[in-house]
Amino acid sequence: MSLLEVRDLHVEFHTRDGVAKAVNGVSYEVDAGETLAVLGESGSGKSVTAQAVMGILDIPPGRIAGGEIIFQGQDLLKLPEEERRKIRGRKMAMIFQDALSSLNPVLSVGYQLGEMFRVHQGMSRKEARAKAVELMERVRIPAARERVNDYPHQFSGGMRQRIMIAMALALEPDLIIADEPTTALDVTVQAQVMELLADLQREFNMGLILITHDLGVVADVADKIAVMYAGRIVETAPVKDLYRAPAHPYTRGLLDSIPRLDQKGHQLSAIKGMPPSLLEIPPGCAFNPRCPMARPVCRTDEPPLYEVDDDRASACHFWKEMFDAR
Amino acid sequence: MHADHSGKKQAREEGVIARKLMARAQAENAYAEGEAILEVRDLVKHFPLTQGIVLKRQVGAVKAVDGVSFDLHKGETLGIVGESGCGKSTVAKLVTHLEQPTAGTIRYKGEDITRLSGRALKAVRRNIQMVFQDPYTSLNPRMTVGDIIGEPFDIHPEVAPKGDRRRKVQELLDVVGLNPEYINRYPHQFSGGQRQRIGIARGLALRPEIIVADEPVSALDVSVQAQVVNLMAKLQDEFGLSYMFIAHDLSVVRHISDRVGVMYLGKIVEIGTDTEIYEHATHPYTQALLSAVPVPDPEAEEGRERIVLEGDVPSPANPPSGCHFRTRCWKAQHRCVVEEPLLIVPENFTDTAGDEPVHHPSACHFAAERASVMPPAEG
Repeated sequence: MSLLEVRDLHVEFHTRDGVAKAVNGVSYEVDAGETLAVLGESGSGKSVTAQAVMGILDIPPGRIAGGEIIFQGQDLLKLPEEERRKIRGRKMAMIFQDALSSLNPVLSVGYQLGEMFRVHQGMSRKEARAKAVELMERVRIPAARERVNDYPHQFSGGMRQRIMIAMALALEPDLIIADEPTTALDVTVQAQVMELLADLQREFNMGLILITHDLGVVADVADKIAVMYAGRIVETAPVKDLYRAPAHPYTRGLLDSIPRLDQKGHQLSAIKGMPPSLLEIPPGCAFNPRCPMARPVCRTDEPPLYEVDDDRASACHFWKEMFDAR
Repeated sequence: MHADHSGKKQAREEGVIARKLMARAQAENAYAEGEAILEVRDLVKHFPLTQGIVLKRQVGAVKAVDGVSFDLHKGETLGIVGESGCGKSTVAKLVTHLEQPTAGTIRYKGEDITRLSGRALKAVRRNIQMVFQDPYTSLNPRMTVGDIIGEPFDIHPEVAPKGDRRRKVQELLDVVGLNPEYINRYPHQFSGGQRQRIGIARGLALRPEIIVADEPVSALDVSVQAQVVNLMAKLQDEFGLSYMFIAHDLSVVRHISDRVGVMYLGKIVEIGTDTEIYEHATHPYTQALLSAVPVPDPEAEEGRERIVLEGDVPSPANPPSGCHFRTRCWKAQHRCVVEEPLLIVPENFTDTAGDEPVHHPSACHFAAERASVMPPAEG
């Protein structure tokens, strides 16, 4: 049994302009000790899916329109809020992109870290503070004992992100969802933070969902990748297979459009056009207006996730051609 | 209907011809390709740190830019890379005269423009334009696209006579790949990539020779980012522009740049052609930066060395003595504490690759190449 299994999840937002279908039938699984990267551009529904799993979606305007989220054998969507609250923090935790706005600026980091233990485990302030120092040491913050009373603005961006990681780890959860954890950081710091996250995951045998738009970041940390476009998963595959032979034109377009450090050219093959509005997703395959391989069937029939191999799938009617063309 | 369509087509063709003529005229009166159009020498910008409310006294200075020199050649792209706080954006502001330097000189076509003001400054500014990072905050939400792109003409009416402006703006929209009929729309009606095209059109309006682009694509999604990078490359060829391209993303910078300067704590630590920097880096900071950039290819990642730097960038208000990088450098020795390394071609140069001689300036006492920071070449 998987640690987490999302089945056919649908999430919509009711806005002034109509219903925005942010997630349209997403399914994925994560095992203990496994890293799943969810890749997509802004508006692809990658973060909304994660928020639904965590149970931190804004409802309303959001609404879960269907599907199941099975975590350790329980369907989270059927649990009352009180029960879900116990799971949040204790069994699953989340790391956000922007550490500065996720931390409370008027409380010391020690207080905020200790809060996890006071609220969930009823520890005294003194015990909680000692635990906070321990956590800060674990995420390799130098001089943790002296810095425990400092406020968030006194830390650098990389250190703040470490504090966010420490907070997520505090109660040793089974699943961590990291939403763009390194996007706001400089490359050298990004490398430090990714390394830390990977080490800690191994140490605690946690499941990790890594949400990102950066194909480079996930290349060497993820086990498998799910690529999202317009609220749907268009391709899932083990990391190496996906980079070697993408089975969906969107994935290939993404790979071709990033400039690479080790390649110098003058023309990037950009994907034409832009992602669709979630208020009016094109009929058939959502990618068809931008797809170089589109045919009439793509405009009428929505492709299911075809099984390409035991462990990979593609939502393209013509995935076989993509393989043959290579 | 039909007549209208062909009329529009004709107008567009005329636009293309006019553009080509203009580009040619510009190329003729301008500097020859390869000549230094902009020379920056020992540029310094210190922001004072003050204490006290009534009686302000200076207690120190943030040394944002601390002695930077480089040339920008006609028709080339100079990339400036570095992490946040290294001073790369301040350099952009100094070059575009949005900030006054504390010391140093900026020469444009041989003329010292550092202390210009009034009419003379206005004339120079026409030729040095800027494209900003955030297309959401750099466009006034209450102005139409036509007004935004046309505003430079209000300041420099000599470029476009009043009656001709609308046509000029539509031509610019066409140049950057937007529908000329969008002229009356507002910024919020466009996506991020389209807004950045509007920002570029505004930068192009006065037919400048130099465009300083500060992180022009970092706010965009990858698929859109590629479109904008391609557009900038196309415009450079078309108009013979010189770019100063400032970014933190080393992959993007390599893609677009002819030469690259690497900045750390207010100084350029290494500068050279893209091959020199990316294939034959000799400064430890450049090597660490390169090794930290993830490559979207797990097989290339294997067998690649990753240098993970310790700690954080020191505060520019109180930079380390000697070499600024020494606090995080694995090669640091006593000499690095007492003697500041100059940005020169290293004498004790050791070429580990051994394939071609490389001579580019590197501000390190122990400059040497290091293998395997870059992913292995595809074979």
